[in-house]
Amino acid sequence: MADLTTDIAGLRLKNPVLTASGTFGYGLEFQDFVPLDQIGGIIVKGTTLHPRQGNPYPRMAETAQGMLNCVGLQNRGVDYFCSHIYPQLRDIPTNFIVNVSGSTPEDYAECAARIDELETIPAIELNISCPNVKHGGMAFGTTPEGAASVVNAVRKTYHKTLIVKLSPNVTDIVAIARAAEDEGADAVSLINTLMGMAIDAEHRRRILSIGTGGLSGPAVKPVALRMVWQVAHAVHIPVIGLGGISTATDAVEFLLAGARAVEIGTANFIDPAVSLKVVRGIDKYLERHGFKSVNEIIGLCE
Amino acid sequence: MELTSVERLHERYALLRATDPATPLPPMQAGQFAQLRVDGCPQAFLRRPISIHFLDRKRNEVWFLVQTIGPGTESLAAMKAGDRLNAVLPLGRGFTLPASASERILLVGGGVGVAPLLFLGQQLADMGVQPTFLLGARSASDLLQREHFQALGRVCVTTEDGSLGEQGYVTQHSILHNEKFDHISVCGPRPMMIAVARYAREQDIPCEVSLENRMACGVGACLCCVEDTQEGHVCVCTEGPVFNIKQLKWQI
Repeated sequence: MADLTTDIAGLRLKNPVLTASGTFGYGLEFQDFVPLDQIGGIIVKGTTLHPRQGNPYPRMAETAQGMLNCVGLQNRGVDYFCSHIYPQLRDIPTNFIVNVSGSTPEDYAECAARIDELETIPAIELNISCPNVKHGGMAFGTTPEGAASVVNAVRKTYHKTLIVKLSPNVTDIVAIARAAEDEGADAVSLINTLMGMAIDAEHRRRILSIGTGGLSGPAVKPVALRMVWQVAHAVHIPVIGLGGISTATDAVEFLLAGARAVEIGTANFIDPAVSLKVVRGIDKYLERHGFKSVNEIIGLCE
Repeated sequence: MELTSVERLHERYALLRATDPATPLPPMQAGQFAQLRVDGCPQAFLRRPISIHFLDRKRNEVWFLVQTIGPGTESLAAMKAGDRLNAVLPLGRGFTLPASASERILLVGGGVGVAPLLFLGQQLADMGVQPTFLLGARSASDLLQREHFQALGRVCVTTEDGSLGEQGYVTQHSILHNEKFDHISVCGPRPMMIAVARYAREQDIPCEVSLENRMACGVGACLCCVEDTQEGHVCVCTEGPVFNIKQLKWQI
């Protein structure tokens, strides 16, 4: 077996496979399918300072090799997470990373501060890229100034590993990544969903309740791979790659493009055990090509 | 799983029977569903949630009644005996079973919504309850699995064209005016369920409905299939698909 261990700015991962926020619940939902301790990490559902009901139904449309969603950060708030969810996660031996979102930099900072106090949560992923909320979310992630303002505020209250999740709905993702790096982000993850739309021709109406949603699934993979490659060449902090990964080969492509780890998202819906299959598949790939460690292939593709 | 048979019951419906050749099927409740993967169909990306139609313990076989409404369900219906079927099951919460065998139970189904009621009828029959089925269809030929229902209880029928049973919608059937029930379970098109829920509320009869909200994951992770309830947005896939009408915010 090859050495699959890697690290994200000091955060040690037993393998480079994480599950993406909003696609794996709190991990508990998937315990029947995957031994959670065999995944590199689990990024839990987007959490905000106050509870959010999210957008009305319908929130989902199936598309060619993908899907659109406009869930809109439904969650019960950070206090509920700390009091009800965290106690169920704390003894499970994997890295639980909390995805944090908000409407103002102060919201983000306060939510992050609460998570900072949780002993066994080693990192947060700052969501400045949700396309489905009116205030905050992607609004911060589409300009370098917006990204900088949130990362700056959070860096003051959060002392562990800070990952910033970037939006692909921008002209120059490298500029946003650099802004996050300059304000003290420890890593960046990309991409969040691409904004899209679906229309029901038979009934002549839009399918999603708010009209637009975020596209995910294999359809977005080439876009994600390109952006990961661009950002990995431009910043000095680790990059986590995601967007349409559903096989070990997909994951290896992101590692070759320069990602130090990957996240599996929408593929969890089609195969709830896919994350473990990707872990095993990466190992097989490394053995087949004579690599001793996963770190040997990171960024190999110039 | 492995398909033991695929039968076209009708131009728009297929009956799939599947078995697990290696292990006994897990315990299941009527109203629960399976997430079926659609293989070899480029247009179908997500799994299709299909309710459990019947459980044949002797043959270790589970039945799915599939309505073909698009390329994904067409692909499922085009499968053949011997094909592998990738199914995640059982998922969700099913119908509540009565506390006593003396309760008068009405099961109302329309269209493909009759599917979970056969399994429910079976579970009731196992408890010694003889349910009354009230099944609605457009026309006699659209009424599926009637003999199977008749084996489990009394069957009342409405058809929109009057070709079988009473003409009209299920809520117009004379049985609702002439008899009293202790509990109603409903599965069918939303307008039908709302109409039955209204009747149940007026008559003060406990009533459960099975929702068909559009789903992605089926396990409570994606939060796509939510229904607005007294407790806010909840996932139909994990908190339902069966809900007591008192939990819902339907305007009835």
